[in-house]
This record gives sequence, structure tokens and C-alpha cells, in this order.
Amino acid sequence: MTLKFDNVYVKEVSTVAGKDEKEGSFGDLYDKTYDSYYADEKTFEQAEMKMINDSINILLDKSKVKLSNIDVLIGADLLNQVTSHAYSSVELNRPFLGLYSACASMCEEILVGASLLQSKEVNRVLCNVSSHNMTAERQFRNPVEYGAPKPKRSTYTVTGSGSILLTKEKSNIKITSASIGTTTDLGIDDCYDMGSVMAPSAARTIYEHLNDTKTLVDDYDLILTGDLGVYGKEILIKYMKEVYKIDLKNKLEDSASIIYDRNKQKKVNAGGSGPSCLALVTYTDVINKLKSGKLKKVLLVATGALMSPTMNNQKLSIPAISHAVTIEVIK
Amino acid sequence: MVIFMNNDTYKELIKEVLPKENKIKNGIIAFTVGGLIGLISQIIVSVLETYLKLKHEDATSIMIVSLIFIAALFTALGFFDNLVAKAKAGLIIPITGFAHAMTASILDYKKEGLVTGIGTNAFKLAGSVILYGVVSAYVFGTIRYLFFGG
Repeated sequence: MTLKFDNVYVKEVSTVAGKDEKEGSFGDLYDKTYDSYYADEKTFEQAEMKMINDSINILLDKSKVKLSNIDVLIGADLLNQVTSHAYSSVELNRPFLGLYSACASMCEEILVGASLLQSKEVNRVLCNVSSHNMTAERQFRNPVEYGAPKPKRSTYTVTGSGSILLTKEKSNIKITSASIGTTTDLGIDDCYDMGSVMAPSAARTIYEHLNDTKTLVDDYDLILTGDLGVYGKEILIKYMKEVYKIDLKNKLEDSASIIYDRNKQKKVNAGGSGPSCLALVTYTDVINKLKSGKLKKVLLVATGALMSPTMNNQKLSIPAISHAVTIEVIK
Repeated sequence: MVIFMNNDTYKELIKEVLPKENKIKNGIIAFTVGGLIGLISQIIVSVLETYLKLKHEDATSIMIVSLIFIAALFTALGFFDNLVAKAKAGLIIPITGFAHAMTASILDYKKEGLVTGIGTNAFKLAGSVILYGVVSAYVFGTIRYLFFGG
């Protein structure tokens, strides 16, 4: 299902990130970084809330838009009950929508925000995603001090938060279309192997997006997936070739594979993960390159594993979903 | 029309790509580290027996309590998790793993209250060790009593 938009523009973006991301490939590009997982707060969850508020405040400062002029605030994170955003939204005091589709949330937000902008009452939508390594680890796996050895195929949840301001006001960067993905499950139940879980859903969404918009891989300067990790990326290339007969060639890049310096940061194993992974790459490097003209048309594919520890313990496999957004430079 | 790959074919495909864990290397590391813990324990027991003239049972108890204390302290100081990640199963299988699992859970939930946080979650990881430890002690104790006369 692909939606086309003709009046949705990117006004401004902002990012904040933790210390591991600071040491990673885009360390200098983040608006703010924190040296501690606590970010001067009492708990990891409260630190995540602080990151969200910091990211939104930086965005408002950069774009010179007042909070009272934001019509709708959309938030997504990994925690149960979309906790981090639910609690942050109290202080922000604006109409709020909380979304969840795990790490596919960034594109889901943009497509919901863009759809809201089609109504005449809505002029500015602020979308924020966040994830925190420690809060995610606590909720989905083991206590954070446990430190059980992780396999090479596992990924490392990104600590950070990214915001984007979508408006009807014209700017150089435009959201032209977005695809709503369909939940896909190919029977993988390994909670350490998110790349294999998500790759078929990414392939399906890319295929449907290309079909619906009548475009080819060559029409894009970059197809950027969310958090497949280095092995998930390879699986996606193979799967795409075998099932859909599409060669992603050198157009495909994966945020998880590039966000960290994997040679130095061995602990991340196959790369990053979490909804912020794609956001921290897109809202820094990709937007910069779009602004400077190095990239003209980018397909963002946010990939999400809808994993629940409860269902995993009940031996069910993990469903995955991917949503896609095309972002273009206009003259 | 939606096209999928067959689940089994997909499992074959990912198998080709996914990296193999180096089980032999991990095994050797775990064996060495676990063995070192055993060696240290034996040294503690021997020292207590030889120099402090303690009974073997008392020396063993003191050794176990010391290991538990050290593991719990190192977890609380925040670096034991890094050692666990490097030592593979070498630090998890001995009694140090049990102490570590409990302390890690307690640290994780200390901000959520004495009862609702620490009380409820202290045995989150270690609980199954206690449960199945008691069950297997009962089963094997019974077998020993019935067939070998206690």
C-alpha cells in the first residue's frame, strides 16, 4: 500500500546520541551527545525521556518554531506502553500520538505525519523516535549488569533520539511517497538474529514500493535500510535476487552496518539496532547529503522485528514489518 | 500477488550467510577460566586447612562464601559483566555465576522499590537454579537413599 504526497516537506531535523554512537561513524554530526547512559538522570528510562525532550528542544531551536505551533506530536520507542514518549509528552503538552512498530517506527511516524498533513487543520507535525541500549536490554533480554556473551549475529541497541519536523511550508527536501508494509513471518524464532527475521519484510516492502511507484532501483541514489546488521543486509541482497529477481546492486546501504565503527567497537557484533538507528543516520549524514546535492532521491526502509519475549518463550516465531518512505530533493 | 520464499529454503539461505560461532575457542576459554576458578578455590581450601587448621567442611564453606562475595562485589562495582562476556561460560557455570546473576538482577531493579523491585526480581535469573537444584537434590537424594543406603 503506497501513499503519494505532494505537500509534505522536511523543515528541520535533530539528533542526540549516547557515548557508543559518539565513538561511531557519525559522532561529530549529532547535535548533542551524552557521556553516560544515565544522562544525569536517576534511571535509564528517565534518561531516555531526557533524550527525547532534548532532541525536540534542539529541533525547535534550530527551526525557530515555537512548541505551541506544533499541531501534532508523534512519538515512538521500544518500551512497553510507549512509555518514554507517553511520559515525555506530558511536559511537551501538545496533541500526541504514540506509535509502535519496533524499529520500523521511524517510517511509520513519517507516513502517519504526512497523512495528517493532508487535512487542512494540520500544518506542522513533529515526529520523534528514541531508543536506549539499557532500557531495551532490560525489557527484552537480561538485567544490564548480567553481560551474557552474545553471538556474532546479534545487534546492539542504539542509544539516541531523532526528531523531524514535517510541514506544508516549502523547503528543498520533500517526502514524496510512503509505503505501509505488511507483517511477514518466515518462521525464524532466534531472538539474537533480528537481521534474518526482518530481511524478507524489507524485501517485500521494497518490492511493493518500487511496483506501486513504478520506479526501478536505478532511480534511487540510495536505498537505506534500518537495522538489518551486516549479515541481514547480505541476506536481503540474496533474498531480493532469488524471490523478486531484483538486484539492489551498490544502491543498498544499511544503517546498522555503518552507524558504529565495527572494527574498533567489537561489542556491537553485527551492528546497531533500534528505531533510532535509522534516524541517527538519516537525520545526520543523509539529510546533509541531500542538502548538499550529493544525494537526490533516497528510499528509507525502516525494518522492525515485532518481538515479544512472552511469545518467544511460547516458541512462536518472530513477525517482522518494514515501512518505506521516499525522500527527494526538489529545486 | 505476494511471493514468499519457502520457510525451509529461507533457513538454508540464512545458514549460508550467518557467521559460525567459534565453539571450540569458546569452549577452551570457558574450560580454562572455569578451571582457574577451581584452582583458586582449591588453593583457598588448602591454605585454610594447612595454616589455620580448619576442618575440611569449614574450609570449603568459607571458600564458597568468599567466591560468592567476590563475584557479587565485582558485579556491584560494575566490571564483572565485561569479564563474563569475555570468559564465555567460564564465570557463569561456577558459583560465581549464581552470585552474579542475583546481584545483576538486584542492581537492575533497585530503583523500583525494596519489595516490588528487589524482592520480586532478585531471583529472576537465579530462581531456576534454586528450583531445579532442589528438585534434582530430592530426586538423586532419594535414589541414593533407596539404592545405596544413604
